Amino acid sequence: MRWLLLKDVQILRRSPLQSALLVLYPVLIAVLVGFAISRGPEKPRVAFLNEVPQNSRIFVGGQKLPQANVQGRICKKVECVPVHSKAEAEDKVSSGEVLAALVLPEDLINKINSLSTLTPGTPEVEVIVNEEDPVKAGLVNDRITALMAQANLAIARRIANEGSHYLKLVIEGGKLPVLGSTIHILGLQASARILAALEPALPPGPLRSSLAQVTEFADQAGENLDIAGPLIDRLAEPIKVDKVVVGGSSPPLEVFAIAVAATFTLAFVTVLLVAGSLALEREENAFSRLVRGLVSETELLGEKVLLGVAVGLVVTLLMLAGLQIFVPLEWNRIGLWLAAIVVGGAALAAAGAALGALAREVRAVSLLAFMVTLPIAFLSLIPSGAIGADLYSVIKVIAALFPFKPALEALTGALDSSGPSIGGPLLHLAILLVAYLAIARLALRRFAAV
Amino acid sequence: MLVRRRRRILVAGKGIKREFREGPLAFARVEARGLTKRYGDREALRGVSFGADAGEQVAIIGPNGAGKTTLLSILAGILRPDEGEVALGGGAVGWVPQQAALYRRLTVEENLLLFARLERHPDPHASCREMLELTGLGERRGEIVARLSGGNQQRINIAIGLLARPAVLLLDEPSVGLDPRQRARLWEFVSGLAGGGTTVIFSTHDIQEAERYGGRLLVLADGEALFDGPAEELREAVRREAPEAADRDFETAFVAFLHHRGH
Repeated sequence: MRWLLLKDVQILRRSPLQSALLVLYPVLIAVLVGFAISRGPEKPRVAFLNEVPQNSRIFVGGQKLPQANVQGRICKKVECVPVHSKAEAEDKVSSGEVLAALVLPEDLINKINSLSTLTPGTPEVEVIVNEEDPVKAGLVNDRITALMAQANLAIARRIANEGSHYLKLVIEGGKLPVLGSTIHILGLQASARILAALEPALPPGPLRSSLAQVTEFADQAGENLDIAGPLIDRLAEPIKVDKVVVGGSSPPLEVFAIAVAATFTLAFVTVLLVAGSLALEREENAFSRLVRGLVSETELLGEKVLLGVAVGLVVTLLMLAGLQIFVPLEWNRIGLWLAAIVVGGAALAAAGAALGALAREVRAVSLLAFMVTLPIAFLSLIPSGAIGADLYSVIKVIAALFPFKPALEALTGALDSSGPSIGGPLLHLAILLVAYLAIARLALRRFAAV
Repeated sequence: MLVRRRRRILVAGKGIKREFREGPLAFARVEARGLTKRYGDREALRGVSFGADAGEQVAIIGPNGAGKTTLLSILAGILRPDEGEVALGGGAVGWVPQQAALYRRLTVEENLLLFARLERHPDPHASCREMLELTGLGERRGEIVARLSGGNQQRINIAIGLLARPAVLLLDEPSVGLDPRQRARLWEFVSGLAGGGTTVIFSTHDIQEAERYGGRLLVLADGEALFDGPAEELREAVRREAPEAADRDFETAFVAFLHHRGH
């Protein structure tokens, strides 16, 4: 087997383009992924047109919110590109210079202030988007909706706080600033205490019993309105999210991104290399000569899997070493990395061997391997809940039949201590390895006839 | 000793290691009995029987689709017959397929060394040198095979087939693509092997070549053996069965003979 392995390495060495690709590909992927995950997502560029007069202020409970708060809040979440007219905003959106434009109309503050009057208006902002690209349109829609939800929530919280403050004043009493002066509010609790003190001074009779009723009302109102305070607070955010994790453990996003990049590299290198190398044996007519007693079909398949694992291991480790420049990796877990790469690489190589056994020409096999690996790898990345349950069940079965997904799970778990356990994925990969080797052996017998 | 071919092929498929034997070539008789091979509904061979003694050169001739490659593949152990058996008198069988079975991105020497190692030669480098000398390609040992002419590739192809020091050498249309000078060198080389006791069985489309280098001819057509004997006997049969073509050249007469037999 070692002589066949040496022969394959010699052939690889004689193909400068193939060898260069095997080295450059992981380096390039490592650099791209490294930059992407180390720089973080950039803020979307949004044209911002503020037509609200400079001196306008939002009044909440007699208090003015500084205007800079509105603009400041928005421009924290997106990169604001100031524009001076609606036409300019539309031009920037059409040309793609900005993702969208946000227009705050002149009457926005007046309408917000009207919310606390008897004739409340509907404050509106205008969003200009370019929907020529459905993906981009969806992204803009999500961003703007989230932005508005945050703005609405901030205002609602402020109003709820003011409501609670007034309620507290009614219950407990205190000072209330009105038109530059301060008035004293007695409050229900103090009123109840005064009335209760007055009650014994009155002679028994209708007046005393009426006073007793008023005292009881003031007591009950004070106690029951006390409960209303937290309810008003809840109005701003009636539903709170309490996340309970029932399954899976999620590693940091950058670790998952590294695992995806590394598994893609491992999958393409091993599947394409092994499929092409096995097809080459038949394209060069050497297969029939080899299996006439020099090596068995099983030995030949074993050699191809070994070749795929060896090259895949080197290329994937090279890539992880490159990524170390951008993101610190847990090198103390290298034992688990090796287990995931070796077992994952072996299962992927066996799948490559099964594909390689189907055709005689290297080009046809390479195309077949590419056409199988790429879509299955993408399907394996679709999370549950992102599509219909029935379709997801089908995709789940397809993904489980190809080693990409278990290899990704194993590598994710190996890379980070907060990742999933790698025992299950390794067992899954071992089963796929045996199954694909059996298919490859069968295919060689079926299709290798002279 | 009569060995069922089916059993031999199964054993080969299970990867039983070959034991390389040093020293002079072993001599062996080959005998095939009632070989039948089907591809779906089509019968590629129909009850073909023939034998070849040690040192004999047997040419298998016939039109395209006659079953020549199928017969050689069965003798080489690559295909299993559906019926019939093959008996080998011991020794290895060397196989030289029609299309050169070697790695075009390796050098001449790397190819020979690889197969010598796979044959478990005790001294693969010595075997490699021997084959380079035999093929006359010693000076081109370091050249990538893909850059060699078809004739030189075929010489390496044959040399690889000889690495096992076979008692029986099977060649499937070995002279295809060779120029006359290369052909002459090839047949001189093969005849030398036969002279040394190796049983040589080869297929060819070239009737003149078969007549010149085949001590015996086996004529196949549509999977059936029509004739088995020396070239003179075939000429006699042609004269007898297709007298109208008896005075024409041997190839024309042979075609008339096939036509007369319904092929």
